[in-house]
Amino acid sequence: MATTLFDKVWDSHVVRHVQDGPDVFFIDRHFIHEVTSPVAFLGLESRGNSVLYPNRTFATADHNTPTMNQHLPVADALSANQLNALERNAKKHGISHWGLGDVNNGIVHVVGPENGITLPGATIVCGDSHTSTHGAFGAIAFGIGTSEVEMVLSTQCIMQSKPKAMRINVNGKLGLGVTPKDVALYIISKQTTSGATGYFVEYAGDVFEDMTMEGRMTVCNLSIEMGARGGMIAPDQKTYDYIAGRAQTPKGADWDKAMKYWETLSTDEGAEFDAEFNYDAADIEPMITYGTNPGMGMGVTKDIPTAESVEGGVDTYRKSLGYMDFHEGDTMIGKKIDFVFLGSCTNGRIEDFRGFCSIVKGRKKADHVTAWLVPGSHKVVDQIKAEGLDKIIEEAGFVLREPGCSACLAMNDDKIPAGKLSVSTSNRNFEGRQGPGSRTLLASPLVAAASAVEGVVTDPRTILNANA
Amino acid sequence: MAYDKFEVLTSTAYPLPIENVDTDQIIPARFLKATERVDFDINFFRDWRYNADGTPKADFPLNQEKYAGSKILVGGRNFGSGSSREHAAWSVYDFGLRCVISSAFADIFKNNCLNVGVLPVQVSAPFADKLFNAIEADPKTEIKVDLPNQTVTLVATGESESFDINLYKKDNMLNGFDDIDYLKNIEGEITEFAANRPF
Ligand code: SF4
Repeated sequence: MATTLFDKVWDSHVVRHVQDGPDVFFIDRHFIHEVTSPVAFLGLESRGNSVLYPNRTFATADHNTPTMNQHLPVADALSANQLNALERNAKKHGISHWGLGDVNNGIVHVVGPENGITLPGATIVCGDSHTSTHGAFGAIAFGIGTSEVEMVLSTQCIMQSKPKAMRINVNGKLGLGVTPKDVALYIISKQTTSGATGYFVEYAGDVFEDMTMEGRMTVCNLSIEMGARGGMIAPDQKTYDYIAGRAQTPKGADWDKAMKYWETLSTDEGAEFDAEFNYDAADIEPMITYGTNPGMGMGVTKDIPTAESVEGGVDTYRKSLGYMDFHEGDTMIGKKIDFVFLGSCTNGRIEDFRGFCSIVKGRKKADHVTAWLVPGSHKVVDQIKAEGLDKIIEEAGFVLREPGCSACLAMNDDKIPAGKLSVSTSNRNFEGRQGPGSRTLLASPLVAAASAVEGVVTDPRTILNANA
Repeated sequence: MAYDKFEVLTSTAYPLPIENVDTDQIIPARFLKATERVDFDINFFRDWRYNADGTPKADFPLNQEKYAGSKILVGGRNFGSGSSREHAAWSVYDFGLRCVISSAFADIFKNNCLNVGVLPVQVSAPFADKLFNAIEADPKTEIKVDLPNQTVTLVATGESESFDINLYKKDNMLNGFDDIDYLKNIEGEITEFAANRPF
């Protein structure tokens, strides 16, 4: 029978099927961080359980960490307490731990692939919804809650009902200034934030085949924002080239054995999906959001739609625009901004910094804009320096910070103040997500860069055309 | 994490007819710094419940005396979207709620609820509207959630709808069990499976 990529990976990880219930689902790789794991360890210990496979769990500190002066003790007592708990728990249970300052440290969804922990056909979970990022490698990867973190620690399994399968095809060529982030925001604007609830998505078509691994990660990362459990892309030569030789990737005979499995990982011709959508690359512009969920996005040159023209309740829509202090029919281009945030597991990789620099090179940051440039990991920092991007950043009046989640969720000091407007490359524009009262416009690194130099929301194509 | 068994719950309800209520509203990230499960009730819907100066917002349903003590929350469509933070489900439970009713839930939130003893009840959009209207007309409106029979009923009128839950999860809720009990019992099967993984 013709089966989907998703079926192949899912079915090969089912330990047993519970009658009238979920599957006992085996987890190959488990990431933990300081925020969602401490209570899981407490639970584990209070039941007298131990960690079944310590070498299948990987700890990194990221959500709560400062992005300046990481060599100093963490000033915030509660954050320090969580970071210590992570380190203590990891040590006690024999789990590898990349704490603050470790060369491998960074945002969990950035360091996993960098270190070859993320592999095609693997099942990967973490107590963070953007675990879907790892699907870029043809893995089934999704976020879990703390009870499930405890389940994985003590049994390497969780109980999961199999989601339905959806395929999203995007074919054609992307235009100038249109990045993977725009593709994802475009799809979410079509699907709405709940359109893919109950589904696991496979992305297919030329646009994803042509994408770099970094771009694929950005797309899969944002799957959760349309309600999907996760998203995945079939592995190909690009995938194998990316993972080959990384620290934890199988080597020698193990690689050959794994490759035999990986080569089976594609959707068979004629396989059926529970839902399928087709989009055309030519319809996608650089995107921007204008509301308080990632589905409220549009081409950057468009005007904010009227409440009557969108799906969903009029009251909820108006409440959202009210929070943003925007009006139906407003043009986004030219709106004065206060902050720019480049970073997060969505857009904190080397390609994102290259894109940002391609715009700000030879230009200057607008005086009134505060910009936070936060690489996803130390390896990204190293690469920024190796490519000389740090010089471009500095000459344009920006400062490069140290790795972490930072203003993506604003648990550390990087909080956008109340009422301020930020163009952010992260993944959520919820009320207060980037700090109480903060207002967020989600966009690509190119839109963020163009807006940072102009001081107002700017279409990056105007700068790219001028550069050409 | 042990929780109290759930069988039949009859209670008034807090109405929250807003769509896409996300987990950053249910429990903002700055309150996730605990290493134990404490105080999540206090910060439940923090920024919608309180002004910046800490005074309660009088018009927010969770602050209104007429709904006080309800054990059910009726929320708008796509309730619980966003982050995987189980803290959101803890804050629901710790606030004293045992059931959230909505016409649609985000997946991870729904799973988290089931794991901590909060019953997510998905009803049709018209039935959700009926509940909102009834509560608006009379804040003392009682709703009966019957897990063994999988029904939700407006007590005053007897209008009722059935809801889905898989038998395994239902059994857990009825008995206050959780998945770890189950998984630990089949550890031998799991380790055998693990031995055959390619990596
Ligand atoms: S960058 Fe944001 S979304 Fe990504 S792991 Fe950190 S907090 Fe989660």
